[in-house]
Amino acid sequence: MASLEVAKEVKKPKPLSTNSAVAYAVKDLDVDVVSAYPITPQTTVVEKIADFIANGELDAEMIHVESEHSALSAAIGAAATGARTFTATASQGLALMHEILHIASGMRMPIVMSVAMRALSAPISIWNDHSDVMNARDAGWIIYFVSSAQEAYDTIIQAFKLAEDPDILLPVMVAYDGYVMSHTIEPVITEDRDEVLKFAPKRPFPYRLDPDNPVTMGPIADPNWFYEIKYQQVMAMERALEKAREIDEEFRKTFGRGYGIYECFMCDDAEALIVAKTSYAATLKTILPKMWEKGYKVGLLRLRLYRPFPVEDFKNILDKVDAVLVIDRAISYGAPLQGPLAMEFSSLIVKEDLKLNLTSVVAGIGQRRMIDSDFENLVKLAWESRTKKYDRTIFYGVRL
Amino acid sequence: MRIEIRWHGRGGQGAVTASEIVAAAAILEGKNALAFPEFGAERRGAPVRAYTRITDEPEIARTPVVSPDIVIILDPSLITPAYVEGLKENGCVIANAPEDPKDLAKRLNLKEGVRVATVDATSIALKWLRAPIVNTAILGALIKATGIVKLDTVVNLVKERFPGKIGEANASAVKDAYENTKVIDLE
Repeated sequence: MASLEVAKEVKKPKPLSTNSAVAYAVKDLDVDVVSAYPITPQTTVVEKIADFIANGELDAEMIHVESEHSALSAAIGAAATGARTFTATASQGLALMHEILHIASGMRMPIVMSVAMRALSAPISIWNDHSDVMNARDAGWIIYFVSSAQEAYDTIIQAFKLAEDPDILLPVMVAYDGYVMSHTIEPVITEDRDEVLKFAPKRPFPYRLDPDNPVTMGPIADPNWFYEIKYQQVMAMERALEKAREIDEEFRKTFGRGYGIYECFMCDDAEALIVAKTSYAATLKTILPKMWEKGYKVGLLRLRLYRPFPVEDFKNILDKVDAVLVIDRAISYGAPLQGPLAMEFSSLIVKEDLKLNLTSVVAGIGQRRMIDSDFENLVKLAWESRTKKYDRTIFYGVRL
Repeated sequence: MRIEIRWHGRGGQGAVTASEIVAAAAILEGKNALAFPEFGAERRGAPVRAYTRITDEPEIARTPVVSPDIVIILDPSLITPAYVEGLKENGCVIANAPEDPKDLAKRLNLKEGVRVATVDATSIALKWLRAPIVNTAILGALIKATGIVKLDTVVNLVKERFPGKIGEANASAVKDAYENTKVIDLE
């Protein structure tokens, strides 16, 4: 008698770029409205989505606009009607959106946006660093940094579930490296749309624009009310931390892949840590095992969920080491430490009364080349920093 | 297993596409792989470099390839020692050149242990595509010289990437180059 059990099909990976992986996620989430303006290196995300719409694989409205400012404005309008809404941008585009970033989060719109991170002008650079997203970090958006095309696909799905949760209702950015990831072909497993929608069913904005039931959105709030409304954003952002963790765990149970809200690689018995994100974190995972063999007990704390910041988790991780080296790919000019992420870890160390040395390293600005030996140098620097204090930010690789 | 390929060509020859097709073939054959271009001058005729990494391991570095196992030169004007810098001992050089691999090895000062392959990819491209877009021909040479991916996988991917007649012509270029690549191991 034939067995009634049907073996679960082992899914084969497709060769996709991170930009394409994001577009596949948008398709599999059955997004209703996409509003975007093309900018390098984000362009192929929207091109691929346009392909899906044109060949009938995705039934969505693609809104062509004249700028990124309009792209996000249109996305807010769409989300306010209850549509599942997506946009994508990078660099100058994200900067041009800046005013509307705050409006999206202030109006609590569950929009998801991918960012193929790129330097900001001037001088003109089309290359990768993290200046654009770090410049937008205080706009009230949940922010993820991802390290592979697969993680981008998976995180876009998680992001919609998080954004649309009635306890959260915040916009989410999913950021990855321009070119170094956006245009890199790598293996990606995509899931069946039914499964994706079962995991992340559409939960439209609960107070939607409806001619039969008119509401006002985004009105003026006088000094008697503005503060409380902003505080609600503070609370929603705090709730998002545990919710993001739960969603990732549920994702792992459903699809067999999960990441946590951060990743600690070779952290057991490590005496120093490097904090890195996106492609640098992926590369460090190939470098660290070799360095341990040479006696450098350095672990990697990979930043994944950046806003909200996993304070308690990081406190417990940092408490076990003598030193932490934070790699920044953006510059905060004139700040106490010019690495913006290093400043956040510095404040965490002070706030939690931890005893360890912090080293701030800025690297890869405007996609300055970093090869394997450069990462080995940073591992050695992290190791040395257990007993040596570097008071100033190190601008690694700059010609003086 | 960890194989690193560095591609050198000029804008318009399709080096980036070739680097992607090899990674895609490796992925479809069950391996972990990455392909990425070093974007700079996106102009027709400007020197372009791209990288492909293939491995059995789950983690894969996203840094530029500086000590390649395989160097592939798509443009005859780029056949100079500077473009094979960092090549591993026992590495492999594949070039679009009509000459004998022995002569190419001399021109590039290649040492013993290196595998050298040449193919007149420009003539093959002109024959099948009527344009000097040599990337699909050089793919045939790569498969002949190294066998890192299967001919069938690449031919299918080429047909998928370029639908219709152009795909058929490119597939013929791959097979033609595969048949006509000369390979030697330097002793």
